Amino acid sequence: MNALWEFLSFSDPNIRYVAFGSVLLTASSAIVGSFTFLNKKSLVGDAIAHAVLPGICLGFLLAGNKNPIALIVGAFVTGWISLVLVEYITTKTRIKEDTAIGLILSVFFGIGILMLTVIQKSGNASQSGLDHFLFGKAASLVGSDLVTFSIVAVILLVMVLALFKEFSLLAFDKDYARSIGLPVKGIELVLTSLIVLAVVIGIQAVGVVLMAAILITPAAAARFWTDKITVMFFLASVFGAISGLSGAFISYTAPSMPTGPWIVIVISTIAFISFFFAPTRGVIGRYIRQAKIRKTINDENVLKILYQLGEENKNFFIPRLVDEIIRKRFYEKQALISILKRLTRQGYIERTRNLWGLTEEGKNRAQRVVKIHRLWELYLTTYMHIAPDHVHEDADTIEHLLTPELEERLEKILGYPKVDPHQSKIPYREDVDTKL
Amino acid sequence: MNDLYIILTATLVSASCALLGCFLILRRMAMVGDAISHAVLPGIVIAFLLSGSRDSVTMLLGAGIIGMFTTFLIEFFHKKARLQTDASIGVTFTWLFAIGVVMISLFAGKVDLDQDCVLYGEIAYVPLDVIITQGGVNIGPKALYVSGIILLVTLLFIFLAYRKLFLTTFDPAFASAIGISTTLWHYALMGAVSMTTVASFESVGAILVVALLIAPAATAYLLTDNFKTMLGLACLAGTISSITGYYLAVWLDGSIAGAIATMSGMLFGIAMIFSPAHGLFFRKIKAEAH
Repeated sequence: MNALWEFLSFSDPNIRYVAFGSVLLTASSAIVGSFTFLNKKSLVGDAIAHAVLPGICLGFLLAGNKNPIALIVGAFVTGWISLVLVEYITTKTRIKEDTAIGLILSVFFGIGILMLTVIQKSGNASQSGLDHFLFGKAASLVGSDLVTFSIVAVILLVMVLALFKEFSLLAFDKDYARSIGLPVKGIELVLTSLIVLAVVIGIQAVGVVLMAAILITPAAAARFWTDKITVMFFLASVFGAISGLSGAFISYTAPSMPTGPWIVIVISTIAFISFFFAPTRGVIGRYIRQAKIRKTINDENVLKILYQLGEENKNFFIPRLVDEIIRKRFYEKQALISILKRLTRQGYIERTRNLWGLTEEGKNRAQRVVKIHRLWELYLTTYMHIAPDHVHEDADTIEHLLTPELEERLEKILGYPKVDPHQSKIPYREDVDTKL
Repeated sequence: MNDLYIILTATLVSASCALLGCFLILRRMAMVGDAISHAVLPGIVIAFLLSGSRDSVTMLLGAGIIGMFTTFLIEFFHKKARLQTDASIGVTFTWLFAIGVVMISLFAGKVDLDQDCVLYGEIAYVPLDVIITQGGVNIGPKALYVSGIILLVTLLFIFLAYRKLFLTTFDPAFASAIGISTTLWHYALMGAVSMTTVASFESVGAILVVALLIAPAATAYLLTDNFKTMLGLACLAGTISSITGYYLAVWLDGSIAGAIATMSGMLFGIAMIFSPAHGLFFRKIKAEAH
């Protein structure tokens, strides 16, 4: 615990540099990366991350030292060339996009490795530390790095804020953007430049391979919590910042630990939690919702059968044996009994020994389902001109899903008809019925 | 002799990769191959810890399992959490690779692996690790045998399952209609890719193996419309990359694996421009002739 307080007090300037630098890098990458995520170009970030390596080596060879401007310019150039090549290969040859990305990524990286090893053996003393670009060096950030990072982070943030509307429009509806006269190509160019810039500084924290993670994983995680783009960007940057800070903390407590991979493990954990536990989009939430709907459908189907049996005898409240229900529609006996028990608990069914009968409430609910079913069949035949023998399946689904508002509109549009296409009577509630 | 050993090992590795790569790029799964090659890293480290050495059998098993696990996770996030495929791939492999790197630093004393080796392999050291028989005879480097066996296994796999792999690649709907499980062959192929990746790991590293998986196959794809010819051409492209790459590396005094990847990219570039059927150069000439 002490270590945590010591870390959070930021009294040690080294901690300040590392923590502040990591947060800057991860948060700004997360914001820019959210656009690559929304553009469905997640792996392009990966390609750029690999492709900047030869550029960094080239920058070094030309400048003769690790001048940050030379390295960034070099990285920028090859990062850009890689994107142009992917685009070119995809459009001009029969090679598909994924192959083109993988090809460019690995070949550029190979060229980068070749150049790096040549430089390392060249005897140039100032080359040491160049390999930090491979695995990142977040734990050994110093003041001057921080200045570079801050400048780049500010550029990224200002550009994103200034062009937020244009970027979002491009991500969601490129054709519309074009039709209202936006310079789509130009905006894409700016966005891509921002991504390249984010990658160039980001790889210094986490390295080439893991760069893709700090670009897209925060966005992927944030997407599960919201449908609002502004909220998503805010969450993505917060997730990014948390992972940056945790990474810095871990490498502070355990200096032998690499910071970059830990940042990625933290952000991945946040993402996995989001994938599973996010309320509406998460795997578990989705599963629960599906189970609930399945239950409703089962319940209403059983009530419907009891109602239909009641129609045959002109009395809805006759208690029935389980076998009578099964004869009308097949169920596993045990499954049916558990549905019946559930309905009994909810007060829709009354049980007398082995006989089950509708209650007043149960009859009303079943009546509504049957009514919607028959109204829908009529709607499909009259308005959609579908043959009467083709409408049952569709009605069987919609009867469980229609909201009361839509139900009312359906009644009004059709003018409270008396019978469905198969001449079965459409049952309304008593108050409506008497008015007719 | 050392030169020959290195070139031979590289050729064997690139041939296995090229063969599997043909299936990958036609199934539009090049990036899944990329993901697997990164994701096997924790599998390699675990196998290392369990067996205490670079015992190949444990490693291949560990890699096979992790490779299938990766494939499963990518599918799971895509299907169950409805994450778009590209993001699903990106999230999964970076996570596993990060775990692998952390494990390497965690067990630095116990695992004879370093980060550079992960990135670009140690093919230059291949001739040093030789097998010496009980009679004391030096019968050549271990890596050579490992990559030879992997190539044999890959060839056997493709030979025996050719029809099924072919059908599930080109017409999955028809394949499942006649009772071939597309899922089974999907996973079988991914298992093979994982094993090849691991076998190539010591030679070219976990990342440059992607170049060998994709580039020769993509080159071959530009040269022919016949799948069997494509398999052959891909192996040829892999071999040429290995030989020329080796001499390029010697000439520049740099990483051999990096040079092989560079050459494989060069070959692709040449094919892209000068391929008789699909090359940009001849297409242009034809267009002008019309």
